Amino acid sequence: LFTYAQSGSISGRVTDDTGQPLPGATIVVAGTMKNTQTDGTGSYKLSGLAVGNFTLEVHYIGYHTLQQPVTVTGGAQTLDLKMQTDQQGLNEVVVIGYGAAKKSDVTGSITTISTKDFNKGTVTTPDQLIVGKVAGVVLTSNGGAPGAGSTIRIRGGASLNASNDPLIVVDGVPIDNNQIVGASNILSFINPNDIESFNILKDASATAIFGSRASNGVILITTKKGIASKKLNVNFNTVNSLSVKEGEVKVLSADQFRTAIKAHNPNQAYLLGDANTNWQDEIYQNAFATDNNLSLSGGIKNLPYRLALGYTNQNGILRTSNLDRQSVTLNLNPKFLDNHLSVDVSFKGATQKTRFADQGAVNAAVTFDPTQPVYKAGSPFGGYFEWVDTSAASGISSLATRNPVSMLELQHNQARVNRAIGNVKLDYSMHFLPELHAVLNLGADYSESKGTNTYPAYAGNAVINGGQYIAYSQAKQNQLLDFYFNYVKDLKGIRSHIDATAGYSYQDFWLSQPGYPTLNAKGDTVSTTPQPVKTQNTLLSYFGRVTYSYNDKYLLTGTVRRDGSSRFRQHWGTFPSVAFAWRIAQEGFLKDSKVLSDLKLRLGYGITGQQDILGNDYPSLPVYTPGDNTAAYQFGKDFITTLRPEGYDANIKWEQTTTYNAGLDFGFLNGRIAGAIDYYTKKTSDLISQVTVASGSNLTNQIYTNVGNITTKGLEFTVNAGVVTTKDFTWNAGFNVSYNKVEITNLALVKGNNPIIQVGGISGGTGDMVQVHKVGYAPFTFFLYNQVYDKNGKPIEGAYIDHNGDSSITASDLVPNKSPNPKVTMGFNSSFSYKAWSLAFSVRANLGNYLYNNINSNFGTYANIAAPLYLTNATSDVLHTQFTQSQRMSDYYLENASFLRMDNLSIGYDFGKLIGKKVDLRATASAQNLFVITKYSGVDPEIYNGIDDKFYQRPRTFSLGINLGF
Amino acid sequence: CTKDLNRTPLVGSTSASVYADFNNYKSVLAKLYAGFAISGQTGPAGKPDISGIDEGTSNYLRQYWQWEELPTDEALITWTDAGLQDLHNLDWTADNPFVRTMYQRIYYQISLCNEFIRETTDDKLAGNNITGDNLATAHVYVAEARFLRALSYWHAMDLYGNVPFVTEKDPVGAFTPKQASRKEVYAYVESELKAIEGTLVAARGNEYARVDQACAWTLLAKLYLNASVYIGEDHSTDVITYCNKVIAAGYSINLDSVNSYKNLFLADNNTMNNEVILPITFDGLETKSYGGMNFIIHGMIGGSMPSAAFGVNGGWGGMRVTPTFVSQFTDITGATDRRAMFWTDGQSREIPNDPTKDFKQGYALTKFRNVDRAGHQGHDATGNFVDTDFPMFRLADVYLMYAEAVLRGGGGGNAATALQYVNTLRQRAYHGTSGNITAGQLTLDFILAERSRELYWEATRRTDLIRFGKQTSAAYLWAWKGGTMNGAGVKDAYNILPIPSADLIANPNLVQNDGYK
Repeated sequence: LFTYAQSGSISGRVTDDTGQPLPGATIVVAGTMKNTQTDGTGSYKLSGLAVGNFTLEVHYIGYHTLQQPVTVTGGAQTLDLKMQTDQQGLNEVVVIGYGAAKKSDVTGSITTISTKDFNKGTVTTPDQLIVGKVAGVVLTSNGGAPGAGSTIRIRGGASLNASNDPLIVVDGVPIDNNQIVGASNILSFINPNDIESFNILKDASATAIFGSRASNGVILITTKKGIASKKLNVNFNTVNSLSVKEGEVKVLSADQFRTAIKAHNPNQAYLLGDANTNWQDEIYQNAFATDNNLSLSGGIKNLPYRLALGYTNQNGILRTSNLDRQSVTLNLNPKFLDNHLSVDVSFKGATQKTRFADQGAVNAAVTFDPTQPVYKAGSPFGGYFEWVDTSAASGISSLATRNPVSMLELQHNQARVNRAIGNVKLDYSMHFLPELHAVLNLGADYSESKGTNTYPAYAGNAVINGGQYIAYSQAKQNQLLDFYFNYVKDLKGIRSHIDATAGYSYQDFWLSQPGYPTLNAKGDTVSTTPQPVKTQNTLLSYFGRVTYSYNDKYLLTGTVRRDGSSRFRQHWGTFPSVAFAWRIAQEGFLKDSKVLSDLKLRLGYGITGQQDILGNDYPSLPVYTPGDNTAAYQFGKDFITTLRPEGYDANIKWEQTTTYNAGLDFGFLNGRIAGAIDYYTKKTSDLISQVTVASGSNLTNQIYTNVGNITTKGLEFTVNAGVVTTKDFTWNAGFNVSYNKVEITNLALVKGNNPIIQVGGISGGTGDMVQVHKVGYAPFTFFLYNQVYDKNGKPIEGAYIDHNGDSSITASDLVPNKSPNPKVTMGFNSSFSYKAWSLAFSVRANLGNYLYNNINSNFGTYANIAAPLYLTNATSDVLHTQFTQSQRMSDYYLENASFLRMDNLSIGYDFGKLIGKKVDLRATASAQNLFVITKYSGVDPEIYNGIDDKFYQRPRTFSLGINLGF
Repeated sequence: CTKDLNRTPLVGSTSASVYADFNNYKSVLAKLYAGFAISGQTGPAGKPDISGIDEGTSNYLRQYWQWEELPTDEALITWTDAGLQDLHNLDWTADNPFVRTMYQRIYYQISLCNEFIRETTDDKLAGNNITGDNLATAHVYVAEARFLRALSYWHAMDLYGNVPFVTEKDPVGAFTPKQASRKEVYAYVESELKAIEGTLVAARGNEYARVDQACAWTLLAKLYLNASVYIGEDHSTDVITYCNKVIAAGYSINLDSVNSYKNLFLADNNTMNNEVILPITFDGLETKSYGGMNFIIHGMIGGSMPSAAFGVNGGWGGMRVTPTFVSQFTDITGATDRRAMFWTDGQSREIPNDPTKDFKQGYALTKFRNVDRAGHQGHDATGNFVDTDFPMFRLADVYLMYAEAVLRGGGGGNAATALQYVNTLRQRAYHGTSGNITAGQLTLDFILAERSRELYWEATRRTDLIRFGKQTSAAYLWAWKGGTMNGAGVKDAYNILPIPSADLIANPNLVQNDGYK
């Protein structure tokens, strides 16, 4: 029986509780496939509705889902809808890997940081957006070079020699952590302005779906999407900044240096000049940067799109360093087949040109003789003053420090990298069973790098070769295929909800670096073409996850992933996890509490793996490596290139990390105060460690094999509060603190033995190492002699504690003590808004981290200030120690580097609607790295590996930004 | 797609494919030789053979040279690398990085030789279809590999005494080698050298720098010469037997020129040289390393020495000699005994301050240079890397071994021939007979001094001093021996090195040497 039902339409506006329109809210007619989204003014229209009673569901992130009954009578009706903010954010959708979940349903430890939480100011790489924001996540920027990345450690890292980097997944594409040649940072190709959110998965129940790459946590980056409004939204954002240097290494002034030379090396005093040069002034500059972004978003006939273009040009404070990036990001999210098929197309492309400055100039500026001028008339070295050796053919003193300014200006080390990350995700909801989705995700991450590193023939640094021309290049091709089913069903009858996912993943990583000869400026070969690098590894996976919730109170998640890696002969490993959550606040006895609005207990357990052995895709095979032409051997008149068998462990296998996590999420006063506390332990067994093998048993002295255990324990606490929320004034504050302790609990190939592995090479002596891996201590614990001091606290040169009492200070007297890792990290951020004004700041502290001052240990002595043909300045520390000889293994140079840093302070003013209410204008002024409070005597206390040497200091940056929307 | 999990290298190859192609055999053999000269697959540094130490420092010849020279009167060094001064101070421990690195480098070399020998057994050669001339050539290669392994086992046993023992019969992987006594290793080296003698190419019959029968004979002579130290037996007769074989093979001492001695140590010493039995070769363009001769030549230049005259672009200001060594020469100007090659300008003979204080304390040496006979710099125009080859074995050493064995009562030789051999060397040194000695002057003490004058800085001194009982005793002192200015005796334990703690921990089969427990 057919009837032609009468139809009607509903239109109106969706606003928040203060009456502000909400663009992009989704309105669903419950029980039908009808849905729409609000446009830029918050307006919506649903038409073709059958007459009758319906419920409209309005969804918007950060707001309670609104359920509005409505009776369609036929004809055009108007209905304005007002949504209530959900301070708890419990309905917020969290990306969890191969799917998404409501925050309230999450059982693992996941932190979401989205646009509103991001750090402001000049942010050129994504990692800088979330520094200090997440408990348990320590991001240590690798210095102040433009585009420099960060070393990211989630809960301290679980490996020793395998990678400790988290897995980073960008819009569903896991990217590989290996360096891209010609770029200082793998993440710098993603324009921070295009990022919508970071979801940081910390415990095994959250990460286990990523199996063998999940031991060190997972960071899911989601980019901004278009919204299906009719209107085009244009947003233009520009930030322009000036960076200045943070500080200087204290060195002898020209006059102090003259005095020192005359006292200690009077025979070389004739080499002194009469200039007074502050070399550290000469190498640093005040650096300008500009970052401009234009985005166009909206919807064309239900095709939501967002196209963003970015242009960044950043000078570094170390002269000549520069980053120039053009980026394009395109997201298309159409739906087909009556909304059964969702298509997400995402493309991120960037061209990045970097000029790298020679960081050797940092040390050269510390040590270059301050009595010499930068330029010297008639100098054959491009006019720069250099130390000469008239007996040498090149005329230059080969061992002397080079003029730091010449090092910067005469070297052109420039690279251009093109990178594209793209994927197409097809999500089909079955016509016969809409709860069942089939998802296919095809992704690729390609990059190509080309660079040259050149010096003119006269450059002091290359004059002995007649200049330099070295080319380098790299191509990377990584491909991804994911296919999975997802089934979501509410079983109202038994008050249950099921969300199940099962799938398959294939990912392949391919890298090629050709070899190039080293030429001089004339094009003559200085060094012949070395062997190329070409390598490939593949990961194959099956995964499944089931989340079951009962009565909205009890949640159970089980995950299993089976991974196959081409790196091992025994390819396969299985990684399970299970987690339970109890939403205590939903229980009857708490449900009506006015104070406590959320309380959830989370318990999780899981096993994850690690197989990312840095730089070796074939650790289980008897590989033979050809030698370069520069490493050949003479037989008769011929030079025979060699073939070398590599050490290997045929049985190397997965590293396994077992994690237990107990967490409590809480919220008070309808979520105005909300936070979480987590306690975790991680134990990694079968560590992939580079250990010394029994001599003679393998084809090298140290190999990667599965040895040892590491235990990590930690506690994290986060609280965010809407301290004041009134119409005109708001004040939000967030605080997080984490305690993390890592300890090596076993490192022995042979049971009962206690080996040490010395690591942490320093500058100065040849092959000196100041750190150790040893059972009972954190990885990279410092390993030094205990300095003896006199009554006045001055270190006595060469006097150390003779621990083994053999009346001689030898390697047996080295003592493990202190680690570069902070014991406690804290972040505090606060934001205020008053009418159109806003103010935000963030500070961050690391406590208990130590730093070895290699600048002072290398240059704080009188021993090396004079050589027969040149002079070398010393750091001012020598005035205190009066050391004549280098005492590099002294723990005098180990310093407490705890610090408190103000990362960010910004003030914004919102001009509101201008030019006929068509344009939104907002202006922001920010300062980054405003101050650091520390006892550390060097320039910057925050250096990841704990050794302060040639560090490109972080600049202090002042920026002005303008945002226009229309 | 699971077959994609069976990835193999895209550059390089695995053992299966390497040995299927006979062209690769020579490249693998070349690596065994290169193991002494360079430190990895990228010259000068980049893909190191062993890790946990600076790559240049890890070089075999650099380590071996340091251990044979720095604990003696022939050399001290300015540098303060952790543990380095322990060598001259004679106070190293099992944790010393140089104790560890020398040992690991020796066992690296032994492991490489084992791998080649393991992959070239008759069964494997047949399996890879290596037949005919290739098969005969392969057998020679294997004999050379066994020689190089014996050479390293000799170093291991000479330096460390009782050491791990692994051969091609052991697998590659996780096992703990057994410890062999010094006596067992001695017997093994002896038996290996005798076993390969017939397969090696005739003396002076192989390509330059490759091993022939004379190399095996020379090593046997060295083994027997020190037998009293190694196994407590005198084998002087065997020394003479094998020295005679070498001498009969047609090597000669060049007496033509006043520069004959000097020419042995120049950039072109690979040409017109009928004296060197086994060199370790270097080339400024094709065999680059921060160890070996490159280390010796750069390290010995400092003070007012003009680096250009040595064919390099600068000095590292490292090694000088003690006054005790200087006193081996009555005329240090080089005008009479031309082996006296001192650099004294700006240098003091005495070393009042500890050796790290000042390169200018102690005379420097000018023995090795990267210039040819015409004074032209070696192949590397930048002067970064040297061509000069290191004479590991040469006839002069064999002459002196012969003479010493005769003086120690060995049979099969005679005193007159011994005197003639010694005087041949002195004739070259003095460019005439003015330096010749008489039969009465030819004593064991004279031999020890003459070895120092002839072979200084050629990595034999520590072994020589131990054989003469002078390495540790208070009866023979030199500046800063035992860490004091005038020198002091040290424990006899320092006649050998300890087994490094790193290997004691990795290998529970090992027992530490006496004096280091």
